[in-house]
Amino acid sequence: MKAYNIIDHEYDVVVLGAGGSGLRAAVGLSEAGLKTACISKVFPTRSHTSAAQGGISAALGNMGEDDWRWHMYDTVKGADWLGDQDSIEYLCKEAPKAVLELEKYGVPFSRTEEGKIYQRPFGGMTKNYGNGIVQRTCAAADRTGHAILHTLYGQALKHNTEFFIEYFALDLLMKDGECKGLIAWNLNDGTIHRFRAHTVIIATGGYGKVYYSATSAHTCTGDGNAMVLRAGLPLQDMEFVQFHPTGIYGHGTLISEGVRGEGGYLVNSKGERFMERYAPNAKDLASRDVVSRSMSIEINEGRGVGKDQDHVHLHLSHLDKSVIENRLPGITEAARLFANVDVTKDPIPVVPTVHYNMGGIPTNYKAEVLTMNGSEKTVPGLMAIGEAACVSVHGANRLGSNSLIDLVVFGRAAAKRAAELVKPSTPHEEIPETETHKCLDRFDKLRNAQGDNSTAELRLSMQKTMQSKCAVFRTEKNLKQGVDDISKTYDGMESISVKDKSLIFNTDLVETLEFDNLIRQAVATVDSAYHRKESRGAHAREDYPKRDDEKFMQHTLAWCDGKNTKISYRPVHQSTLTNEVQYFPPQERVY
Amino acid sequence: MVQLSLPKNSEIKKGKYFKDKTGSKNLRKVNIYRWDPSTDEGPRIDTYEVDMDNCPSKVLDILNKIKNEIDSTITYRRSCAHGVCGSCAMNMGGKNGLACTTPHAEIEGDIDIYPLPHLKVKKDLIGDLDGLYKQYQSIEPWLKNNSTKETTEIYQSKEDRAKLDGAYECIMCACCSTSCPSYWWNGDKYLGPAVLLQAYRWIIDSRDEERKARLKKVADELKLYRCHTILNCTNACPKGLNPAKAIAEIKKMLATANV
Repeated sequence: MKAYNIIDHEYDVVVLGAGGSGLRAAVGLSEAGLKTACISKVFPTRSHTSAAQGGISAALGNMGEDDWRWHMYDTVKGADWLGDQDSIEYLCKEAPKAVLELEKYGVPFSRTEEGKIYQRPFGGMTKNYGNGIVQRTCAAADRTGHAILHTLYGQALKHNTEFFIEYFALDLLMKDGECKGLIAWNLNDGTIHRFRAHTVIIATGGYGKVYYSATSAHTCTGDGNAMVLRAGLPLQDMEFVQFHPTGIYGHGTLISEGVRGEGGYLVNSKGERFMERYAPNAKDLASRDVVSRSMSIEINEGRGVGKDQDHVHLHLSHLDKSVIENRLPGITEAARLFANVDVTKDPIPVVPTVHYNMGGIPTNYKAEVLTMNGSEKTVPGLMAIGEAACVSVHGANRLGSNSLIDLVVFGRAAAKRAAELVKPSTPHEEIPETETHKCLDRFDKLRNAQGDNSTAELRLSMQKTMQSKCAVFRTEKNLKQGVDDISKTYDGMESISVKDKSLIFNTDLVETLEFDNLIRQAVATVDSAYHRKESRGAHAREDYPKRDDEKFMQHTLAWCDGKNTKISYRPVHQSTLTNEVQYFPPQERVY
Repeated sequence: MVQLSLPKNSEIKKGKYFKDKTGSKNLRKVNIYRWDPSTDEGPRIDTYEVDMDNCPSKVLDILNKIKNEIDSTITYRRSCAHGVCGSCAMNMGGKNGLACTTPHAEIEGDIDIYPLPHLKVKKDLIGDLDGLYKQYQSIEPWLKNNSTKETTEIYQSKEDRAKLDGAYECIMCACCSTSCPSYWWNGDKYLGPAVLLQAYRWIIDSRDEERKARLKKVADELKLYRCHTILNCTNACPKGLNPAKAIAEIKKMLATANV
């Protein structure tokens, strides 16, 4: 291996990722006086938070009575009782504060007549524990994520956060089961950087790109998740992949649930509003897993639209022109650009599309990473937040607009906890060089790979396998095939090829490192799905159509050292954080 | 015309030619600017024959197709693929835009793809936006309001909120600033349309208490008044925003208000 020059840095805390959760954490850490570095492979405002459209949930009660306990009930039910209720309580109780804070930062929320933050209805959001629709989702038109991300970046600038932009993180530095920092590659000049830190906060987002058709950005490759796997730690609930009901057919671009929140609805080839059959009360505003399954059934039973009858229509032309203009301008533009549709006249062709990973790095509600050592324990020096984390507040299915609130509530929580744990300017421990060597060996091996398989081919093979074998509906046979096929693709890595050997902006190598990250998560996902022999939330097994609380009211934990996985389980927390609210025992889940 | 002597690596040579291997009858030639800082070679234009029968509609689809199937070394930024992240801004067929929203059918003849004009190039199609980001920081893009409590919401009327429409949607792709001749010449001092649009966004936010100070800060011969209303910026914006109007509004406020 050629010797790489290493540039060393020391920080109290390193935040990896500069989307909504990473930036919110960085702001809190700077406020607490901790020396903080924020590392990102893209410029902060390019992060995928910018693509969030519909809004951010919080029981502000601006548009009628609301209560954080109702929000909590909806989230528990949306999660199909796989969420940890202590964490969900924390999320829903802290949500209003977190949204008001965003407003103070300058987020340009849409407004009510009285000048308050505008809130819209969203899937699964109800009043009085499932009795009627509530308007809880705070919106900045249909560009809420964009507005929040840009505002948070401004706040980070205000607090003089030190950014390391277009740095690609390679691996965590571990010592005796504790995290001591990480290594990253500076794409701008090709140098290698070693960051020592008392706490590393992983905020690297989801890994939607293991699938062929996803609303996720090209950069959603779950790099932090894979770093955790390589550090010998488990990922949790990876089988729970959310299919958003309304991705544009053929292109995958997201069309916000806000369209249905504002009164849009889905129809099949018979012109029928089919959601009325599947969810008589909530109809088109049932939770996402329910709507996506209903659409898939309509398509499978021959009632899809189009030449191949393989999608359905989302109607919104009946909505008031001013509603479309003021509240849905972004999706109007997206429908024109990617479906060639004028939404004031014609319906948008849509199909369930991979959108969100409920699974990720297991944490408690303070954002501390968990592992199992016989029983549940934290990993000192390591935290995770945002889509990368599995707190778990979303359980088996996330409700729309609960992801943006998750980012800011737990971004804030992580900063608070780190401030309790880390004393500013504490000296750093020596880290054995073996960790650095292990990391750079992998880097160097991939950089100089001269095999026969292109990264793009292997990636495509993985994406097609996941799309066909680990989709909305799953069976034992399909999943077994999926496990075998993904394992073959993994073996293809042995003979991967990287043509660009340089170190400055070598995106050939970046994509290969990203593929190495993706394939490990694909292995963990399909194996976790294979082992969960029940149907719950987004995980729908045709051979096990019922939820099985006896056996599976448990989080899946998956360790994966490349292609071999170990599956274990940890019980779902069956208690609340305080006695301000009672535990919601499992019920049948109907909308 | 004046003869300029150009630095060595601003001379662009003809590069490699990648002939079609699919046997497609529907080919287009795509010319891409290439420069690798790791070598001593100057920039070149590589030409790729691309099978358009199996290529979706946007310029980004062409680039992805080339990177996946023909030449994995071409280098460009990309992320969301639907015009919200602003990563894939570049110059296509002589016009700035986002590769992910620009239909290749709109470009006649061969498709020429260059980095955004007048930026230092980091590699191939990746331009150096560090200067623009620093300018963005200089306008202090955060709300300044000290008079309300942390736990209460600042009210804003629908009308006041509507003033932010057309300004807050900016994705900082830099298509506008890098299309502006004035920014080409004085990009180190003139803030340019992208950053001035952002300055305007905070100046007109009814919740902000530092309006006057913000106006004063940009009221500078170089920072603001290098705008000569050429309007390339408005023409270039892939989000349909009007930075030129925002600049004019700032000038108007300065001319009419007692700052």
